[in-house]
Parts: sequence; C-alpha cells; structure tokens
Amino acid sequence: MIINHPLLGPRDAQEFTYLGDASLIERPDWEAEDAQDQFHDYLYLRDNPAGSHRELWFHEIGDRSWLVVTRDTTTHEITSVEMARDVARAKGRSK
Amino acid sequence: MTQINRLDGGQVNRGTTLNFSFDGKRYQGHAGDTLASALLANDVRLMGRSFKYHRPRGVLASGSEEPNALVELRSGNRQEPNTRATTVELFDGLEAKSQNRWPSLKFDAMAINDRFSNFLTAGFYYKTFMWPAAFWEKIYEPIIRKAAGLGSLSLQDDPDEYDKGFLHCDVLIVGGGPAGLAAALTAGRAGAQVIIADEDFAFGGRLNAETFAIGDQSGADWAATTVTELQALENVRCMSRTTIIGAFDHGICGAIERVSDHVATPASGKVRQILWRIYGKKTLLCAGAIERPIAFENNDRPGIMLAGAMRAYANRWAATPAQQVSVFTNNDDGHRTAIDLIAKGVNVAAVIDTRADAPRLADCELLAGAQVIDTSGRLGLKFVNIRLADGSKRFIECGALGVSGGWNPNVHMTCHQRGRPVWNERLAAFVPGGDLPVGLSVAGAANGEFSTAAALKAGSTQAAAALRDLGMTARAIRLPNAEDEGVNLAPFWFVKHGKGRAWLDQQNDVTVKDVKLAHQENFKSVEHLKRYTTLGMATDQGKTSNMGGLAIMAELAGKTIPEVGTTIYRPPYSPVAMGVLAGRARGKEFHPVRETPSHKWATEQGASFVETGNWLRAQWFPKPGETHWRESVDREVRAVRGSVGVCDVTTLGKIDVQGTDAATFLNRVYANAFAKLPVGKTRYGLMLREDGIAMDDGTTARLAEDQFVMTTTTANAVAVYRHMEFVHQCLWPDLDVQLISTTESWAQYAVAGPNSRKLLQKIVDPEFDISNEGFEFMACRKITVCGGLRARLFRISFSGELAFEIAVPTRYGDALIRRIMEAGREFDAVAYGTEALGVMRIEKGHAAGNELNGTTTALNLGMGRMVSKKKDSIGSSLSEREGLNLPDALALVGFKPTNNNDKVTAGGHLMARDGPVDAAHDQGYVTSAAHSPILNSSIGIGFLKDGANRMGECMRLVSPLTGTEVEIEVVSAHFVDPEGERLRA
Repeated sequence: MIINHPLLGPRDAQEFTYLGDASLIERPDWEAEDAQDQFHDYLYLRDNPAGSHRELWFHEIGDRSWLVVTRDTTTHEITSVEMARDVARAKGRSK
Repeated sequence: MTQINRLDGGQVNRGTTLNFSFDGKRYQGHAGDTLASALLANDVRLMGRSFKYHRPRGVLASGSEEPNALVELRSGNRQEPNTRATTVELFDGLEAKSQNRWPSLKFDAMAINDRFSNFLTAGFYYKTFMWPAAFWEKIYEPIIRKAAGLGSLSLQDDPDEYDKGFLHCDVLIVGGGPAGLAAALTAGRAGAQVIIADEDFAFGGRLNAETFAIGDQSGADWAATTVTELQALENVRCMSRTTIIGAFDHGICGAIERVSDHVATPASGKVRQILWRIYGKKTLLCAGAIERPIAFENNDRPGIMLAGAMRAYANRWAATPAQQVSVFTNNDDGHRTAIDLIAKGVNVAAVIDTRADAPRLADCELLAGAQVIDTSGRLGLKFVNIRLADGSKRFIECGALGVSGGWNPNVHMTCHQRGRPVWNERLAAFVPGGDLPVGLSVAGAANGEFSTAAALKAGSTQAAAALRDLGMTARAIRLPNAEDEGVNLAPFWFVKHGKGRAWLDQQNDVTVKDVKLAHQENFKSVEHLKRYTTLGMATDQGKTSNMGGLAIMAELAGKTIPEVGTTIYRPPYSPVAMGVLAGRARGKEFHPVRETPSHKWATEQGASFVETGNWLRAQWFPKPGETHWRESVDREVRAVRGSVGVCDVTTLGKIDVQGTDAATFLNRVYANAFAKLPVGKTRYGLMLREDGIAMDDGTTARLAEDQFVMTTTTANAVAVYRHMEFVHQCLWPDLDVQLISTTESWAQYAVAGPNSRKLLQKIVDPEFDISNEGFEFMACRKITVCGGLRARLFRISFSGELAFEIAVPTRYGDALIRRIMEAGREFDAVAYGTEALGVMRIEKGHAAGNELNGTTTALNLGMGRMVSKKKDSIGSSLSEREGLNLPDALALVGFKPTNNNDKVTAGGHLMARDGPVDAAHDQGYVTSAAHSPILNSSIGIGFLKDGANRMGECMRLVSPLTGTEVEIEVVSAHFVDPEGERLRA
C-alpha cells in the first residue's frame, strides 16, 4: 500500500504504524455530566464498515506525523490523507 | 548412447556441451537446454515418483506449470527440493536427484502404496488417522511424512545471499510472448518507462515453441530482434528469469529475479535471487495460456505429456521424448504437434481426435471420433489402447503421447484481488472477469486472444490504451503478418471407460474417482472439492488440473461449468524460496543488536548479557571463582547496599519535552500531577491507557520552566513516544510542545549505595554542590563532570539506596564508566547488572514490567490516590469505573515463605490455606520473585485480593506449572528500608 502523505508525498505503508478509527480524535469532555458513558462509547464502540473508513496512521519511520487516512476496507483504496492535527482543529480541538 | 532423442534445429547451442548428472548417472546437454529437455534428449522419460502412490512419472509440461518432474537440485547446503526440471536452466556440473523413492527411481519399494489405492482415496487422512489423538503427532505424521511427500531439505544453512529492491515504471508488462513484446514495443517507442518481465531465460513465450512465422522471420527470431530493440531503449528494462509472483494492494507487484540460478554457484558478490517490489502505474498481463490434459486410464505414464509441451521440446529444444509418438486431442491445435514432429523426422503413429468430424491436418493416420481408453508400459509408455469410432479397439505402439484438451487463459494474476474469472463458451475456458487488481489490463492469450496475430494486436492496443490513461500518447506500431487461426475445439474432459484410475492432478495423485467420491460424500462446492481431494494444491497449484476437476464435478452435479464455478488463484504464481522473502534480514540482520555505551567495557569485565528487545544489557559481572550466577548477583546486591555500585541504565527511553505548554501537556499524559513540579526537581510519573489500565511509568525531571526530560521503561520507549505524539497531534494540537526521543543521545548510569555521593564527588566538577542539603532527594540539575563535560545529574533511586543517575552525551559513555569505576576503587565499587537491579527493586517493592502487565490499574499498584481527580488526564475518567474499584480489588503486596528454605515462584497463584485449588478460589498471583541476599530468603511481590488488609495471613502459593505448593506469608512489599531513610541520607 502507498499512503500519499500530505507533506512528504507517496510513502510505502511499511513506514507507518496503524492505530485505528479516526473517531479517537473526538475525545469526550471529562467534565460532562455523563463523562463515564461518553468515554465508554468513545473507547469501546466502533463502526466496522466494509467500505470507506477513516483511520489513524502514524508515520513512525518518517516525520512522526499522525495522519487521518480514508481507506476502503474491501479494496484498500485510499481516497484521502489528511494531517490529523488539521482534522482535530477542524473538530474544534485546540489546547 | 548420447542424446539419442536429440533432433535437428532448435534453439540450443550445440557449440556448448554441458555435463550434468541425474541420480548419479552422467549425461550431456547443450546451452539453452532445461534439465527436462536435456533428459528427454538423453532418452530419460522417468523423472520422479508420485506423491501418494509412488507411480512412475515423467514430464507433463514444458514450463513452470509442471506437476511431475520435481527434483532435488544441487547438493550439500545448496540442495533445493521440489525444483521443476522444466524451469531449471542446464549448467555445467548440474546435479539433480529424483524424489520420493527408495531405494531407487526404477525400483521404489513404496510403490506398494499403488496396490492399496482403494484405501488411499480422497479424504483418506481425515477418515483414517483420527484416533487416538495422541498418536497423531508421534506416530501417524512421521509415518505419512516418510511414505508420502516430495523432496527433502538439506537441513543446513543457506549459503547464498538474497536482495530486495524497489522499481518504478509507467507500465509493467507481465510476460514476454507476442502480446507482451508488442506491448513493450508500443510503450517503449512512445517513451514510457517500461518494465517487461518473463519467467523464462529467453523472451518470446510460445513464439520459441512454435514454427509460426512473423513477417519474414521465424517467431523466435522476431522475438530476439524485438528484444534487441527494446534493450537499446533507455526507458525499457527487460527482465528475463523474472517471475511476477503477485499483484498486491494498489497495483504493486512482487517479482522474483533469479540472478544466479542458471549457474552452479553465484559469482562472487552476486546474490542468488532478488525480490522486487514493482510500482507500475499500469500493469499489462500478457501471461499467455496453459494447456489442459484429457483424463483417461493410466494417463500418467512417463512419455504422456501435453501436446504443446511435446512440440515445444521438439521445436525449441530439439528433443523428443521418443522416436515414435502419437497425439490425442479434441482440437485443431493438437494436430500442430503431429505436423511439427513429422517435420522434425519423428514418426507419428496416429492423431487420435475425439471429434467425429476431425479435420485431417497432419500427414499421418487420423483416428477421428476415437478415444484413448488405457495405456501400458511399466516405467514408461509402450502402448496406447484406443477405442475407435465404431467401438472396436486397437493398440498403437508409441513411446510418447501428446495430449491436448484445449488451452486455458492464464488468469492467475487477475484473481489476486479476489477477481473471479468468467466462463467463455466459445473457447470452453475461463477468461479474466471483473475486480482486476488496480491498474491491470489483460492482453493476448491470457485474455482468450489465442492466435499470434490477435495477441500482437491486443498487446499493442492495450499498451496504447494504458498510456492514454496516463496522459501519454503512443503511436500504433506496424504489426507484422502472423498466424491467425481460430479456436476449433469440442470440449472433452475425461474418457469414460472401465474401473482403472484416470489422473486429474498428477502432483497430488487425484483421480477422476476421487472427484466422484467427493461428490458422493457431499463435498460439492469447488472449495470443498479442493480441500477434500487436495486437487490443485502443492507446488503447481493445479495450473494443469483444476479445469478437469471442475468439469467432472459439473457433470456429476448436472450443472454447467460456470454454475459450478472455479476456485481463484492466490499469490505467489510459482513457488518462492524462503531465502528471498527474508532477503538480507537473516540472523543478526533480522534481529539487530543495540549496544549500550558501556558495552565494550562490560565485555572486558566478562559480563553475561541478556537481550531486552534489541538491547544487549549486562546481566551480571562474574568474578573469578564464582561458579553460579547467584553468587555474582548476591555479591553485587550486597556491595550496592553496603557501599556503592554502578549500573548502565542507558536503555531506558528518554523523551525530551519542550515548549511553553510542556507542563500542561505532561499533566494530561501522566495520571498524577506535574504542572507544579519545580524546576530542578524530578517526579515519579504513572501513565495510564485511556481505559484506566497502567501503561508505563518512569521519572520526569524539570530542567527548565519549559523543558522536561522523561524516562520510560526500556520495553515501552517506542510505544510511549507514539502515544504522546497522538495525545499532542490528535487531542490537543495547539499546545505549544515539542517531543523528541533522546534515548540514543545520552549514556546514563545509576550510581547507588551509601557511598554513591562520595564517589560522585570525585567525578562531578567541584562548583556543583551535591551534598544532601545542596542536592536533595529527587533533585535534578545540568552539571559538568571530569573538568567541564556537560552532564545531567538526577537524585533518583530504583534500588532504595542513596542513589544518583548521571547522564553524559553518548560518545563519552565509555570514558565515564571507566572513570567512575576508577574513582570507586577506594569504595570497592562494583558494576551490577539487570539481575541485581531486579533483586533490589523487588526488595524495595518497586513495580516494573511484570506488575505493569496490561491488566493492572493504579489502584492495584497501590497508587490509586496518585490519580488526580482535579484534572483531565488520559485514563483518569475510566479508571473510576466501578468494576476497577471493587472493595476486594487486587493490591500489590509482598510474600515470604513460612519455611525459609521454600521458594516463592513467580507465576504461582494464591489460594486460601484450606479449601480447593482451582480458578474459582484464586486469590491472586505472584508477579516477581527473587532470592534476597539481604533477608537471606526467597521473596516475591504480586497481587492479592484486598491485599492491603491481609498482612500476616498465611496462604498457599500453588504453581501447577512447576508442580510446587508452598506456604507463604503476606507481608509489605517494602522488604528493605520501608521508611525510605536510606534514600534521603
């Protein structure tokens, strides 16, 4: 597989480490009323789609960027690669 | 009697005679021969024994699809089993041995299996060797392995080297026959970056095996001319002896280039094979077609082969399996074999054609509407028994029979991404279907375009189309005139006759009967059929046999072939040597070793080393006269606790954390508070996973307002760094913090024991006060040592003694350990290894990897109160879950045997003094145990339910694994200096 790194261009998948569903970016607010439930869902409930899946990859043997890769789980086709920090910021995460 | 079956012409170089041996007998062949063609030229038809029944077998095919002629090639440590004689390029001095026979190929004692064939049918193993289970590994398997099987391994190290490489191109062309060469010409002339690969040593494919003209040249000459032109183009790379083994994700292809298999041993500095990873923007599959046999009784005798292979041997290699041959076919193409062999002066007794209206194409007897019903000849074909159109029978004497049931497009690679071939009624064959690998298109015979003219045209057209997709333009090339016959065939799969066995898959000894049995026993799906009968398994993966099995299953099930379906092919296309998959990653290259800065010094001290990950760490330092490791370790522990010792702790992970938000960041990564850690202080930190389970621990020092240095455990250094980058980039991207691993940048030594300060005062430059008042417990500071060398000093202790850790840039690590040991001589300083380190941390009750084992929480570790509830940190929310906070939660405690001579065993489980010993009554377990030379007793630490409230209780420690059961007492995990007075001295 080849991952088209937004900063470094096409790189072989061997350079990366896989984490999982990109929803891990959406970490709940620890002070919410139902924080326990939210954290439970955040950590344990995942969609497992046969098809397009947004997931986190770490360029471990590279520039150490976390990326959000949109990959078709049935064909491995990669349709988009974004910097995870940009995705996080777009979701309102900051400090 | 040399090469009596050598014919005129062909593409072998008679100017070069090569000597070789087969089963110890010496023969001669020529450059350009394969082992199979040279054996045939020498009148050797018998080349092996079959897998199960030990039937005599000869060569069936002329390429990598060969099921029968498998040999052990070479000898000694280069011996390779199951090598196909059809793909082995002859070289001088080649040695080959037949396989699966004893004592000799001509007399094989195990041929007795053939007599018991009624007991060895499909599913034999499943039905027979079932009970008792204990017999399976020790008795049944060794017997079966000895009786049935293929070649044997040398059991020696492979002396050859292998490489891996990466190639990029616009178009990868798989196969160098007419379609592939036309495609390469088209794309190459257009200036595209082209790679054309062929598994053969000569480009040309079937052009080398046929007598067709292309333009005014022979097919073989046209191929040679074309390759010469391609090789002159800088943008084209021609790779012969290169098999494309698979099409993988994103259209990346794997290839094996056999660099040195055609010579006796690789030339100096040359590898044997290379595994290439080819990134082609487009791939054009021009893999041709593979002929399929017709099944009839005793169709496996040496001399019976595919008709196309027979004429390949005659036309390309100038060899014939016998001086009198016949042909059995259901299509016009089979007649070409008769025509070509007659032209070569071989006597063709008859063409037996299943079609009643078969045309008479060759100048020999034609038996139309006839079928071969049986054969005879003990170690090779002597007679074929024919049922004529009128039902009468006739024997024909011949030493070889060419069989053609038609041709199957070689769709192998089209299936590698789960594509399924589709049935083509006109060709009576499967052709490529949808779901092709990314960027792949198919041209020529592989796509069912069987004639030479059609293949040339398709290759050129498809190459131009591929370039167009890439935004390039290709001009059409002028295609030479070539043969353009249509396919003229009447599907015919197997001859219905008596009760004898008709072979479908010769490599696995699967017969028509076995398929019938599978059907009868309800293994009807093609996938079940394959696994129940083993049809299509092993080295050839059914390239010549699958189709026949499907056709018979279809007939038995009363379905059409497309209704029955087909199994699909997986990579690799042909067998791959394990060595080339490993490449250079063997031995030390596979598992590289990381040495600490003190490694050379430790080696000089005679240290015993242990692998921790890739690191080699000194385990203990034996002194003269010490005969057991415990003596060394006990001495090291006593010396540290009594005076001073030094241990290399460089392998701990070190992460430099800098930025104005560094403190905030650490506060979120660690469960305990870090924000208010003063500059010049160090703090123990516990890191949780988001689910509340402990992940890692270590100390973190604040060197400046905006700079921290974190240590992690040796094992988790990489994972912790990755986690911290995740926390920064994905969760709080705007925190001003930068992380970098500095594990390799600093050599770090623990200097521990009551005299550690005195020792270090001789090392640390005098302007730095390291007295207890000037540098108190948990202090840290940037200092200089040995007259100006920059260093870092931390007053932290893993042993429980007054202790320091001192770090210098890695390149000074060797000098520093020598300087410290020199300075420590007056204190009898010792070097201590990981064992003494472990003993002392157990004596002190410090948790390590055994306790942070992926199931334990801060509460279990006795650090529940450290998890701050006043801030958000990873794992803090979920560590409050009810299930992790039950009143009887496991707690870290210590254990001592009641009887001082007993041993505490790590891994043992704790049970009440009375009552049953089972999982339901499990009270906890011991994680770490050691002999404490200070207490002169075996001690351990571990987890016990509600452990904090059970001090003094006597329990049983049970270890079914070691068969021990001892009585132990629950004690505090802090065996030594529980008040921590020594630390603060």
